[in-house]
Amino acid sequence: MTTHHITVTVNGEVREADVEPRLLLVHFLRDTLGLTGTHVGCDTSNCGACTVHIDGESAKSCTRLAVQVDGCQIKTIEGMADEPHLHPLQQAFWDQHGLQCGFCTPGMIMQAAWLLGQNADPSETEIREGISGNLCRCTGYVNIVKSIQQAAAEMRAAAATQTGAPVAAG
Amino acid sequence: MTTQAEPRTTFEMGGMGHSVKRKEDPRFIRGQGEYIDDVNLPGQLWLDIVRSPYAHATIKGIDASEALKIPGVLAVITGADLEKAGLHWMPTLAGDKQMVLPTTTVMYQAQEVAAVVATTKYIAADGVAAVLVDYEPLPVIVDPFKALEPDAFVLRPDRGPDKQNNHIWHWESGDRAATDADLASADVHIEQDIYIPRIHVASIETCGCVADWNAVRGQLTLHMTSQAPHAIRTVLALVSGLPEQNIRVKTHDIGGGFGGKVPVYPGYVLAVVASLTVGKPVKWIEDRSENLQADSFARDYHIHAELGATKDGKITSLKAKTIADHGYTDAAADPSKYPAGLFNVITGSYDFPNAFVEVDGVYTNKPPGGVAYRCSFRVTEAVHAVERMVDILAHQIGKDPAQLRMENFIQPEQFPYKTPTGWSYDSGNYPAALQKAMDMINYAGLRKEQAEKRARGELMGIGISSFTEIVGAGPSHDFDILGIKMFDSCEIRVHPTGKVIARLGVQSQGQGHETTFAQIISEELGFPVADIKIEEGDTDTAPYGLGTYASRSTPVAGAATAVAARKIRDKARKLAAHLLEANEEDLEWEPGKFSVKGSPDRFKTIQEIAFAAYTNHPEGMEAGLEAVDYYDPPNLTFPFGSYICVVDIDKGTGQVHIRRFVAVDDCGNIINPMIVDGQIHGGLTMGLAPSLYEQITYDELGNNQAGTFLDYLLPTAVETPSWETGKTTTPSPHHPIGAKGVGESATVGAPPAIVNAVVDALWHLGVRNIDIPMTPQKIWAILHAKGVA
Repeated sequence: MTTHHITVTVNGEVREADVEPRLLLVHFLRDTLGLTGTHVGCDTSNCGACTVHIDGESAKSCTRLAVQVDGCQIKTIEGMADEPHLHPLQQAFWDQHGLQCGFCTPGMIMQAAWLLGQNADPSETEIREGISGNLCRCTGYVNIVKSIQQAAAEMRAAAATQTGAPVAAG
Repeated sequence: MTTQAEPRTTFEMGGMGHSVKRKEDPRFIRGQGEYIDDVNLPGQLWLDIVRSPYAHATIKGIDASEALKIPGVLAVITGADLEKAGLHWMPTLAGDKQMVLPTTTVMYQAQEVAAVVATTKYIAADGVAAVLVDYEPLPVIVDPFKALEPDAFVLRPDRGPDKQNNHIWHWESGDRAATDADLASADVHIEQDIYIPRIHVASIETCGCVADWNAVRGQLTLHMTSQAPHAIRTVLALVSGLPEQNIRVKTHDIGGGFGGKVPVYPGYVLAVVASLTVGKPVKWIEDRSENLQADSFARDYHIHAELGATKDGKITSLKAKTIADHGYTDAAADPSKYPAGLFNVITGSYDFPNAFVEVDGVYTNKPPGGVAYRCSFRVTEAVHAVERMVDILAHQIGKDPAQLRMENFIQPEQFPYKTPTGWSYDSGNYPAALQKAMDMINYAGLRKEQAEKRARGELMGIGISSFTEIVGAGPSHDFDILGIKMFDSCEIRVHPTGKVIARLGVQSQGQGHETTFAQIISEELGFPVADIKIEEGDTDTAPYGLGTYASRSTPVAGAATAVAARKIRDKARKLAAHLLEANEEDLEWEPGKFSVKGSPDRFKTIQEIAFAAYTNHPEGMEAGLEAVDYYDPPNLTFPFGSYICVVDIDKGTGQVHIRRFVAVDDCGNIINPMIVDGQIHGGLTMGLAPSLYEQITYDELGNNQAGTFLDYLLPTAVETPSWETGKTTTPSPHHPIGAKGVGESATVGAPPAIVNAVVDALWHLGVRNIDIPMTPQKIWAILHAKGVA
């Protein structure tokens, strides 16, 4: 089968590969690059376990072809923070028991990160709607919502410290 | 006792009762968990499966020639190939048999028909598409009642001459004559048909494995998604003939199980056969559609229930006749003596003088049913039936459902309580749990609001479920699976530097075992949780156990952990006496150290004692500090709770909106309150799911109509309410740490609370039961028929 040469920046690192045109982005990430933090939970784009960022937009990587992201910037769970640091969302999911089996967690964190980029101070309803494309079978979502609320508050406080602006109520 | 004692250890130590943050989480939040699809071995090949489009058909031929022409396709395995080795059938955990691959007949849509082995997963899929199978359709039976008709097509002619029908078994419990007599003379006699539909666990990680046969070493390593790795190893040894010491089952991280990862699916066996054949590691990962169409399903119980009571609402008898649709084979994971699981716990939290249940298992053209959905042993079905019947009684005689429950509960002073079907409940305080739930939700206020709303024509309902669970299988005199007794185990080793590793026979799938079992050891021995490593799921190293399902880990393996730790403490006492030059009986223990009575400054820490066990142990004593326990529980544990659900129903759309849901649970002494609440949140959501959304249906040709996540609707964060939880604490009197199970309680208890709330909103319109799932279409049709939509 013919292949295409693609160049993709993944978590800040330039990666090149020759890929079949039919190769899904999620398989490119997992199998070609070995970034197994991005998971596959369904075959119909419903579960969101494969959520990553493409050029800053949240996307389900099972629904893109690798050749479609040629030249793009990709961020996965592995790129959220460098050891030993944690992204405020990672810390919050740990603090608030926002995960159990952990399988949906990377996608959930990536979706939540995109959500907080759009809306720094979401209401509970906005959080629930914002993660409604990501399924979790273990937690019942209560603690996921709390995790995102904790991270949102911390990220707002950190942003306020940087800019000297008052912290938004929330 | 209705509140738990204060923790005996500091938060930093992390013993019982502390919300210790989970030790497993750092890898998961970084995307560094290792799930089955993350396991890749050098030289690994891929296996993909050809599946039947028909629910019942004769296979007239399989042509693999085009598939084998595809570069990278190495082999196509068919039933005929397996038959040569006698591997085309394999046993189920219920003592029936199932096909690995069919040789003549397919029995359900999506059944495995052939396997393609290839160099990549994409090429394996190409190979699957190129295999041509010639089918001749046969009559399809999807309705278990039709399967029982005398002239029905016999689905399993492979059974003996006396079993040429579709009836699998009959099972009954209780006193039929006494129950019938009471029902015949009862003031109030209620009958109700209740269907608990077929559903699927749909853990977000599907099933899969990497089978790795090393011919030189004669070693088979099977990396797989299994909730019961030791049992799998034994089954593999018996089926394959390989010596058991040369089989290693390894589980890695599991992305949710809920019972769906207990059975042995054909895909696992095919990967093993493929690896044995080609001598290389072979990976099989099912996709979601395969998972939702071919893996084991739960429920599918057609219940006819009867309840007798006095005119003022004292219940006197309960009877249930059930047809159980098991699909084409009985692959349920129940204890062998209990083909209908623990369904005879159906009298629930109530003091029924008489009860009788009977269940008939039936074959149909569906994949295996009745296996598990966060409850393996039919407790969900039993609780649903009794909680619905009690609620119908309350409404029928015009008594408040909470009041009727309070008047009929088994009272705290009646424990231990023998049920009319033979169970011995160890402990309970049902009125306290219901009262707490009523207080939390302001029950009286809600009833007042409901009356006002009804006067305005608005539809609001309040539903109660006061369930009793039965978990922790189980005592060896009664509980085994294929002869293997249902004990479980823990082995603890204390290293010279005072650090600990413990291995268990159970298997976490997200429950947090790495944290909670460390907390038990911390409680018993005084090592900080941070110094304790928990390991499960490697059959080469862990002691034998029956695995994690049916909320048995804490009741059985948790008990083993406490007992093993106490064995270590007994030896530590001898070592401390030696080090302190004191008599053992003069020492007193507090978590983390032994000191001499009356001389608190003369003490040895558990770490000092551990070091001495390897460097300075007394003459005549074995070196080392370790212990193992295989725990055979004296009884099951009986967690319970009372749930109250408030719903508003949209008259225009039929949509049920859950406004509030209060869950008061009693699981005995709590190891980690944060984790218990998480279990309850998740369990409630898996109770909500089949109540309002999930159902696997089949058309008359046996086509699965909910075989993808587009059609099988898991609740998202939008549909899921913000659960409110509360606790009472009634310790188990026989469990070493007073704990009970909790994982499945909420899935068992929640559905009848939701149904009771919806029926409560509609009773005045003449509605007395609605089968789940209560979809908007179903509710709207009822409202329309009643003239209120």
